[in-house]
Amino acid sequence: MADADKTDGGRRAMTGKAVARAPRDIAHEGFLTHRGGRWAKIAAELCVAALAIYVMTDPTPRHNGGTWLGYTLGSIGAGLIIWLSLLGVRKRVIGSKPFSLKGWTSAHVWLGLSLIVIGTLHSGFQFGWNVHTLTWALMMIVILSGLWGVSLYATVPEKLSANRGEVTQAQMLEAIRTLDRQLGTAAQPLEADDAALVRMSLEETRIAGSPRQRLSGRYADDGNARALAAISERVMATMRAGRPDERLQQIRFLLERKEAALAQARRHIALKAQLELWLYIHVPVTVALLAALVAHILSVFLYW
Amino acid sequence: MTPYRIAIVGSGPAGLSAAAHAARLGLSHVLLEKTDHLSDTIFKYQKGKHVMATPSQLVLRSPLDFEAGKREMVLGTWNEQTAAAGVNVRIRAEVTAITGTGDPIPGSVMKLVKRKRDGTSETQDIQRLAPPYRLTLADGETILADTVILAIGTQGNPNLMACPGGDLPHVQYQLDDPSEYTDEHIFVIGGGDAGIENALGLAADPAQNNKVTLVNRSAEFAQAKDANVKALMAARDAGRISIMTQSTTRTIEQGWITLDTAEGEVRAPCDRVIARMGSAPPRSFVEQCGVEFASNDRLAFPKLSATFESTAPGIYVVGALAGYPLIKHCMNQGHDVVEFINGNLDLRPADEPILEAKFTGLPGARSVADWLEYLRSSVSILSGMSSLQMREFMLDSSVRLYRMGEVIFERNAPGSSLFGIAEGQVLVEVNPADPSVTVPIGAGSIFGEVGLISGRRRGATIRAGSDCILVEISRTAALKLMSQVPSAAREITRITTTRSLLQIFKSGLAAEDLAEVIAAATVETIRAGQAIIREGDTGDDIFIIRSGSMVVEKLIGGKPVFLNYVPAGSYVGEMGVISGGPRTATVRAAVKADVIRIPGEPFRALLASRPQLLDTLRAEMANRTAMNNFIESKKDSFSGVVDLYTGVANFLVEQGVGEATDVLLIDEKLCVGCDNCEKACADTHDGLSRLDREAGRTYAHLHVPTSCRHCEHPHCMADCPPNAIHRGPTGEVYIDETCIGCGNCQRNCPYGVIRMDKVPPKKPWLLGWFLFGSGPGPGEPPARWAKKHDPAYAEKAKKAIKCDMCAGQDGGPACVRACPTGAAIRVSPEQFLSVALMGREER
Ligand SMILES: Cc1cc2nc3c(=O)[nH]c(=O)nc-3n(C[C@H](O)[C@H](O)[C@H](O)COP(=O)(O)OP(=O)(O)OC[C@H]3O[C@@H](n4cnc5c(N)ncnc54)[C@H](O)[C@@H]3O)c2cc1C
Ligand code: HEM
Ligand code: SF4
Ligand code: SF4
Repeated sequence: MADADKTDGGRRAMTGKAVARAPRDIAHEGFLTHRGGRWAKIAAELCVAALAIYVMTDPTPRHNGGTWLGYTLGSIGAGLIIWLSLLGVRKRVIGSKPFSLKGWTSAHVWLGLSLIVIGTLHSGFQFGWNVHTLTWALMMIVILSGLWGVSLYATVPEKLSANRGEVTQAQMLEAIRTLDRQLGTAAQPLEADDAALVRMSLEETRIAGSPRQRLSGRYADDGNARALAAISERVMATMRAGRPDERLQQIRFLLERKEAALAQARRHIALKAQLELWLYIHVPVTVALLAALVAHILSVFLYW
Repeated sequence: MTPYRIAIVGSGPAGLSAAAHAARLGLSHVLLEKTDHLSDTIFKYQKGKHVMATPSQLVLRSPLDFEAGKREMVLGTWNEQTAAAGVNVRIRAEVTAITGTGDPIPGSVMKLVKRKRDGTSETQDIQRLAPPYRLTLADGETILADTVILAIGTQGNPNLMACPGGDLPHVQYQLDDPSEYTDEHIFVIGGGDAGIENALGLAADPAQNNKVTLVNRSAEFAQAKDANVKALMAARDAGRISIMTQSTTRTIEQGWITLDTAEGEVRAPCDRVIARMGSAPPRSFVEQCGVEFASNDRLAFPKLSATFESTAPGIYVVGALAGYPLIKHCMNQGHDVVEFINGNLDLRPADEPILEAKFTGLPGARSVADWLEYLRSSVSILSGMSSLQMREFMLDSSVRLYRMGEVIFERNAPGSSLFGIAEGQVLVEVNPADPSVTVPIGAGSIFGEVGLISGRRRGATIRAGSDCILVEISRTAALKLMSQVPSAAREITRITTTRSLLQIFKSGLAAEDLAEVIAAATVETIRAGQAIIREGDTGDDIFIIRSGSMVVEKLIGGKPVFLNYVPAGSYVGEMGVISGGPRTATVRAAVKADVIRIPGEPFRALLASRPQLLDTLRAEMANRTAMNNFIESKKDSFSGVVDLYTGVANFLVEQGVGEATDVLLIDEKLCVGCDNCEKACADTHDGLSRLDREAGRTYAHLHVPTSCRHCEHPHCMADCPPNAIHRGPTGEVYIDETCIGCGNCQRNCPYGVIRMDKVPPKKPWLLGWFLFGSGPGPGEPPARWAKKHDPAYAEKAKKAIKCDMCAGQDGGPACVRACPTGAAIRVSPEQFLSVALMGREER
């Protein structure tokens, strides 16, 4: 039908050819097993081939970057490093080209791992205190941090999901704000010193906490925790004295709820941070690696 | 008192335009408006709303001006021009009854059948009386008029508080600006979306210090959207709103309210009551005036002549109530109807040029009127329509000449339009493997009905068997047609039943073979969750699913285990006919569904005469049995896996996945929360993301984010004034540029996936951000940035924004492509709700 997409007042016509939907990936598999582990296989084959040739050939005086194998492995390695770094760009440019970031990540991880073999064989185990070994070491740091990242990607999401349930981050923060408002109202009729404790919760609580608290995961010295401890003590005291104070109990209840809400939000933030923290090694060292790589290659051609 | 020549009821765009034209022609007239201002529907739009003037090709004939612009400007212009034209307006004049004052019109008795809740019905006879008409106002005053123009729109009246005190001034039925109220005890009555949204609005800003209570009659909030209910519960848990369910209002006094609750009577301080208990459509008022509707369908409109005259002589109906919701149409009709009343019967409607364009290029030099009459008389389902209905119908449809051999649509093409054959015949390729095997469909008949009814893809390729003239009826027009013309609805049902039987059972059957089966078949509507087959029951009826979908489950070890998901276009219950014995599994509707029930007896007779058919059924049955056995065997060894599988399947069905064609799922075991999916969506769609990853329900780490599911029968399409929502050529439901931003679709989508927003300016090149941090980076730019970089941004109109399934983009949906870990997938329920799911749970 020639005019299958003839428009009707600017609308796409409804009839016509069975317009094939753009083929898409509907497989429910993670990046490690993408396409039945295609990239794992390719990377493994690459490593095995490199190893086999390395073992079978016996260059004089010894294996190093200067042999034909060394040059080959070096070129592959350098190419790979540059391509691996480009993931940072690819990730952010979605555009209209049909690529799958999952496929890219899969290839990134497996080919990245193969660099351990390729890079090391390229060096022929000639380590020393020079720019060449620095490049190798930086590469290994990037790779190991990548491995760390993959292990986090494999374990943290489940915890993140379990912790948040069906609550979004915005809702978590909103819940804390609401409790603060309720605390503010509930504190109106209190004595000055009790009210000061509530104010401590309102003013001295930091959701994410200080870097030290964040790392240790302990927030016992945080405003809300201290306020809760002090108020609980007063509630117990009034109980013991046989004059239970309903207003204080209400405050304690609200502080407890806030503590629980804070704990959930903090776990959420901590888990999300874990999922990104390793990138703070992976990416900057990648930049350093690229610089070292340039230096390494230049020095080879200028001074070898 | 001499009667007015014309009384116009309702001062919306239709009524106002009619009154202004009557004034210009010097006809004696009165314009009666219920509220204390003109044009209440538009008056109630959000402040500053951009009113759109579509369709743009339509010329405006009204004496009043109208062009796209802000609500305030439109209303301002009309107020001025109405005054300048010398229109005789009466505000606060609600018309409560209209009756003739002349003699009974012989033979003109209207039978009104009222269905009551308990299923019984009552018939009321209304004897129409000749004009002049007496219009009774709410305050008891009466007005006489020779002719009446009803232009009251479709908004209807809010349901009122019937309890003592319900008429006190602090009881209101609308909430324009929630920020107006501070330090009040406010009770919102009604747990629908409107009530919940109002309650949330009033409690949103704690600085206002309102004590808001929402009162709901039942225990559940079944009428409201999931997203609203969740927000409400969150607000309650956060202590911002109190909720009283299973409660009704007993009395309202100044400062107090008394409620009947499950725990007994409760009296509470109350400064304001906001009642949002839905509104009653104006239909019964209109019927009481002697105006007959086309059918009992909820969507039906009054029966009208080509001059907008109703079945009550001298009462005319125009505007949204007549089925034309766009302001421009309303205004033109206001003008036209006055011309007609004034005797100008030769007036050509304003949409004539649009229709003319539709018929150009067709053979035979006919006028528009002749074309309409020709189509009406040659396509059987159109025969019951009036010429006015034909005009409206044609605006949403198209006619084309197809040359012999030309393909009309292909198998597996999506499409929900219906085709009528005016001339010639078409050939259906019944065997996909061999296009030469065809079945003809002749002139007068229809085809394409399967897509219309089930919302699924086309079942067969159809090409022109000779040169033929076909009317393509859009889904909207077809649904309207079925509700307006009951005979058309019956005819379509009959044809679909026969054809779906033929298509499903194939095996060389001809329509004649099925005569007995079809005579015994019935079409039934099944509620979501209702079972059509129950495990252990005896029975041998076989069911064909026309629309909706079913789930099959079986009790194993005392627990129901999910076996299968059955989409529309398949059948269930064949085992009973073939092997007899009690039912081996339960089949229940995943969503509201239509099924064809075929009694076992005639079907068995058919099987006896057609061994081939029996073989087909046997093969299918063997397939299904094998799968059931597989799952049962798993159940013994991996009972946890099967339970989880059932749990996930049930969860997805509860989330409405049963009516989806394509749904975004996120495996939270893989999701690292990078929001790359949302960013990719924004970057490929005008800078606005159409998905909210974090929001939505989760079960066993499987998350259904807030994103369009491209429903088989999209709820969003139900009430779009410009008909801007369509199903595209690859199955996506999309909104085109004619959207007027009314927000109806947003309210109608039960999954809360449509947002109203304005398009931000284009972002600078990403590389700049990458290297120098300039621009907002990937993803949706913040509104602040948009405001700064586009001087026109603040004034831009908000439009409806939703997922278009990345139609036309290579590689499929951007959200899925941009997910680094493979957590996001977009699949059809059949693809996902299969045994493959079991694999996931085993990992
Ligand atoms: C939120 C929203 C946005 C929209 N945006 C647009 C847009 O941008 N462009 C567009 O073209 N269309 C838009 N529409 C559709 C359009 O507003 C309506 O279809 C149109 O106003 C209908 O006009 P009408 O004259 O038939 O009736 P209405 O405008 O509904 O007017 C009916 C009038 O009759 C009065 N009335 C009712 N009953 C009685 C009675 N018994 N006695 C006396 N008076 C009575 C009412 O108070 C009201 O003033 C929108 C609709 C909505 C809800
Ligand atoms: C020399 C080798 C490598 C280089 C240069 C490199 C570089 C990069 C870069 C630039 C990014 C983009 C980060 C961002 O912009 O967010 C990235 C991401 C990533 N890298 Fe590597 N990488 C290397 C090896 C590895 C290895 C061996 C692994 C795993 C074993 C790995 C795992 C990952 C993962 C999981 C991501 C995150 C993907 C995402 O979330 O989008 N990398 N890497
Ligand atoms: S917008 Fe809502 S109603 Fe419309 S197709 Fe999408 S999910 Fe269905
Ligand atoms: S697409 Fe939605 S907002 Fe736009 S006109 Fe249609 S119903 Fe209204």
